[in-house]
Amino acid sequence: MIDPPGDRRPPLTPQLALRVAVAGSVALALFAVIFFRLWFLQVLSGTQYVNAAKVNRVRDIAINAPRGDILDRNGAVLVDSTKELAVQIVPAELPVPVNTDDVLKVPRRDAIVYNRLAGVVGMPTRRTRCPVPMPPPSCTTTQCPKSTVTRLSAIGCQVAQQVARLPYADVTVKSPVSRAVQFYLAERQLAFPGVAVQQIYVTGYPQHTLAAQALGTVGPISPGELHARAYRGATRNSIVGQTGLEAEYDAFLRGTPGIQKVQVNADGQPTGSLSTTAPVSGHDLQLSLDAALQRVGQRSLAESISQNDGAGGAFVAMNPTDGEVYGMGSEPSFDPSIFTKPLSDAAYAKLNSAAAGQPVVNRAIQGAGPTGSTFKPITATAALQSGDWTTTDTYDDTGQFCVGTGAAGQCRHNAGHAVDGVLALPDAIRVSSDDFFYNLGAKLNVDPTAHPTGGPLQQWARAFGIGRATGIDLPGGLTGTLPTPRWRQSRNRLEQECDDATGPFKGKPKHPPGGCGIADGTNRPWSIGDNISLAVGQGDVQVSPLQLAVAYAALANGGTIVRPHLGLSVQDQDGTVLQRIDPPPSRHISIDPLYLDTIREGLREATSQAGGTSYDVMGKFHQQVYGKTGTAQYFSAQDAETDYAWYACFVPATATSKPIVVVVWVEKGGFGDVGAAPVARQILSQWFYGKPGPYVAGSSTSL
Amino acid sequence: MSTSTPIQALDETTVPQKRSLPVFDPLLLLAALGLAACSVVTLRAAAGRSLAERQGFYALVGVIVALAIGRIDYSRLREFKLGFYAVMVALNLIVYGMPPIQAAHRWIPLPFLEFQSSEFGKILVILALAGFVVDRSRKLHERRTTARIMLLALVAALLVIPQPDLGTGMVYVAIGITVLFFAGTSFRQLAGLAALFAVAVAIVLAGAPALGVHVVKGYQVQRLTAFLHPGHAGQSGYQLQQSQIAIGAGQKTGQGANASQTKLNFLPVKSTDFVFASVGETFGFAGAAVVLSLYALLIWRALRILTMSKNLFGTLIAGGILAMLMFQTFVNVGMTIGIAPITGVPLPLMSYGGSSVIVTFISIGLLESIYIQGVTAQSGKGRPLLS
Repeated sequence: MIDPPGDRRPPLTPQLALRVAVAGSVALALFAVIFFRLWFLQVLSGTQYVNAAKVNRVRDIAINAPRGDILDRNGAVLVDSTKELAVQIVPAELPVPVNTDDVLKVPRRDAIVYNRLAGVVGMPTRRTRCPVPMPPPSCTTTQCPKSTVTRLSAIGCQVAQQVARLPYADVTVKSPVSRAVQFYLAERQLAFPGVAVQQIYVTGYPQHTLAAQALGTVGPISPGELHARAYRGATRNSIVGQTGLEAEYDAFLRGTPGIQKVQVNADGQPTGSLSTTAPVSGHDLQLSLDAALQRVGQRSLAESISQNDGAGGAFVAMNPTDGEVYGMGSEPSFDPSIFTKPLSDAAYAKLNSAAAGQPVVNRAIQGAGPTGSTFKPITATAALQSGDWTTTDTYDDTGQFCVGTGAAGQCRHNAGHAVDGVLALPDAIRVSSDDFFYNLGAKLNVDPTAHPTGGPLQQWARAFGIGRATGIDLPGGLTGTLPTPRWRQSRNRLEQECDDATGPFKGKPKHPPGGCGIADGTNRPWSIGDNISLAVGQGDVQVSPLQLAVAYAALANGGTIVRPHLGLSVQDQDGTVLQRIDPPPSRHISIDPLYLDTIREGLREATSQAGGTSYDVMGKFHQQVYGKTGTAQYFSAQDAETDYAWYACFVPATATSKPIVVVVWVEKGGFGDVGAAPVARQILSQWFYGKPGPYVAGSSTSL
Repeated sequence: MSTSTPIQALDETTVPQKRSLPVFDPLLLLAALGLAACSVVTLRAAAGRSLAERQGFYALVGVIVALAIGRIDYSRLREFKLGFYAVMVALNLIVYGMPPIQAAHRWIPLPFLEFQSSEFGKILVILALAGFVVDRSRKLHERRTTARIMLLALVAALLVIPQPDLGTGMVYVAIGITVLFFAGTSFRQLAGLAALFAVAVAIVLAGAPALGVHVVKGYQVQRLTAFLHPGHAGQSGYQLQQSQIAIGAGQKTGQGANASQTKLNFLPVKSTDFVFASVGETFGFAGAAVVLSLYALLIWRALRILTMSKNLFGTLIAGGILAMLMFQTFVNVGMTIGIAPITGVPLPLMSYGGSSVIVTFISIGLLESIYIQGVTAQSGKGRPLLS
């Protein structure tokens, strides 16, 4: 074969040799660069990249620990943690993964899955109102509302709400579900992308409404709580105590979440489990609460409320010596298990509504009002200790007590215009003579300018814990109010500011003078009337049932202000006590034993002698009960005058090996002997005899 | 061999010797087969058996094609230069009428292969440009020659860039420049070309977008510049980062079955463009060094064969193939280790893909043909062998 002439060439011209050399050098240089770079990446910094690869593929998934149980003093289970099957949506595995920035839009392909699932688990597919806790996506200012209301199906709404609150976490759609549902969904995985059936721990309440407010509720942790000290160690999908004991002892009950190290691929899908650190379940909490006493108390209280057409009520039963709370009930009650599932807004509103009696409010610590005559022993202590009265002094109760003269004078009289005659202190307590204590109130009044914090009455009331925190192991307790000249001044100032729309009321509408109703009229100074009212537990004084129980415990134990507590011990799963809960008393008040005996004599006679205010209820009870009725007159706009029934009593350690103090309060329950004392009697009967006995309604109309 | 000439007489005298001569370049074939084997092993580990088996099948087809091409005299192909160019143009236009795969028009679906026109276009461009240059070999000093050859290369590149296949377009341009380089175009003109190229790049990447004309797509610009600021260029920065993590995690001897970057798909396109990162993570520095050594062998043999060609046409074909192999190897490997822009050029013989493997073997076949023809001509003319 002959090459065309133009193509013939010598094999290697110097020119070509040069160019080949250039090309070869370039190749050599580039190979050198690549080798050096590879050496750097793989040999010199290899370890760093090995770690980077590990970070890439390993995700930590928190496994919630089962919460510890809450037991009563005898070991009965009040709250436990049960396993159940839950249908969950895994937002990242839906046909269209949920966009965490815009959860309000439900992609069509996801909606198909939701509707298909709704059919399986029996949930409505109709679109209804759905508030989602995120600002509307269209809103770009800082003044955006915190939540957006849209219309979504039940499942779509749950996914939107929970993803808005907790992106990436699995959304529990329904629990519990049956095994049948689990198998049905497992067999049709392709038709239900993003749907999983998993075992979850659910807080259970085998005793339902028993001590619901004290036990409290649990719920998913909120972003704010995640950084709170109290919830240290919680993870983004932790279930934490929200109220009551569950919140107070959350650190013990919560346990330590486990960590599952999961290998994921580039799409974030798990490809295998690398290691699992098992969750450590929470410790158990044993309470001083006696479930049987609690049940009797709640049932009896409910009966009183229904018999007397009351609005609600509370009771506290406590050991007067060490502050162990045997029972703490508030009616109406609720079943806390509703908080373990997504709760509709309407249901939540109902739990807090006045019409439904605000079941979530723990009236024993969060309800406070004037105590009525149950305050009288405190007044008596103040009068005796201050020397304004002696154990032998008497007062002639003519049925009317007047202070001042002329136009400034005012007269008050006993309930039912009773005329009690000449009374010593024990007699006055027995019959609950108002005039007697009006007189003491007047005697104990001091010059408000010289003593802005009040006289002996305020000092002793404060010593008994009126207007002060009890220190109980429950969040949210009220401190109440102890009226003093200074307190009245501050109310007057507030009234003024409210009327003028200044200070904290700036920007709010103005009111006519005294129109806000914060103070009694405008700028009314402290008067002797204030002290007289306080002496009989009426007027502005605000006391919670627990505060009153602490005060009566001091009368029972001789002056020790105990620190009430529901927690008894923290235990591990085997029942080994890890920590005892035995708080020392708050303080000790020094009361002359003779005075204490005098007051106790009155309290004993009130229950045991004919004419005593609670004789008809307690007279036949075979224990040394010291008790005082109270009927607080409460004025409100709707009801001209309503009576709140109180009863406070104790059986001291000197009379029994099982001392107890019981306080019962029934809102709009009428007279103390009628509305409250019968409940106390049943509680005492349960405590001493193991059975509630009959419901004995009293008939005394003393305040 | 029908004509009776003295040359034929010479041939007759060398017939007994010819049988003892090597029929092909064993080192070249060894390098190519070694790389194909490395590819199958890597794909087996990174992407599973079926992909590895298909790659093995393509390599087998490629070897047969290469041996067959080695048997024919490449010199005859010169007369078809116009036809090659026309076929190249036609193939690269047909794909625009084909159904897109991932929004790209690069393939013609065939029963056993997604036929990638731009890959086959490389060989056609090499043959056509070599032919055109040989035709004008006496006018190489003229600027017009340089301009025409570059124009032919650029037209071809502009056909494939919108497919979109920027990487292959750049290979076409590299082929054009290299063919001119080995043809003997003056360094001055080559320097001029380089300057023009620099200006063009500046206009495409910076100038035109400023005027609102986007010659290359935004993501292409991003990919080209990602290696300059890793971690800040969106998807491309992510790819680069994952690739470097994979290679670095391989360390000296590789992660083997625990190569998580590769196995869990953190490494993007692990069997094609980023196959070298799969090698790096799975077999470590040792494995990467073996692969790079095989490329060094391949490139050395291509350069050697270039010098052994019996004619200019062979030299230029070898030059074009050398350009293709070097460009793809260095740009692809450089991309995976973060020192070169991300361009979608496959790593010759290593990246999964029938078109690329077969085209590379065709070019190996052409090199073998040049070698065999060169050796035959040398021995026929009684000149000493050069290697």
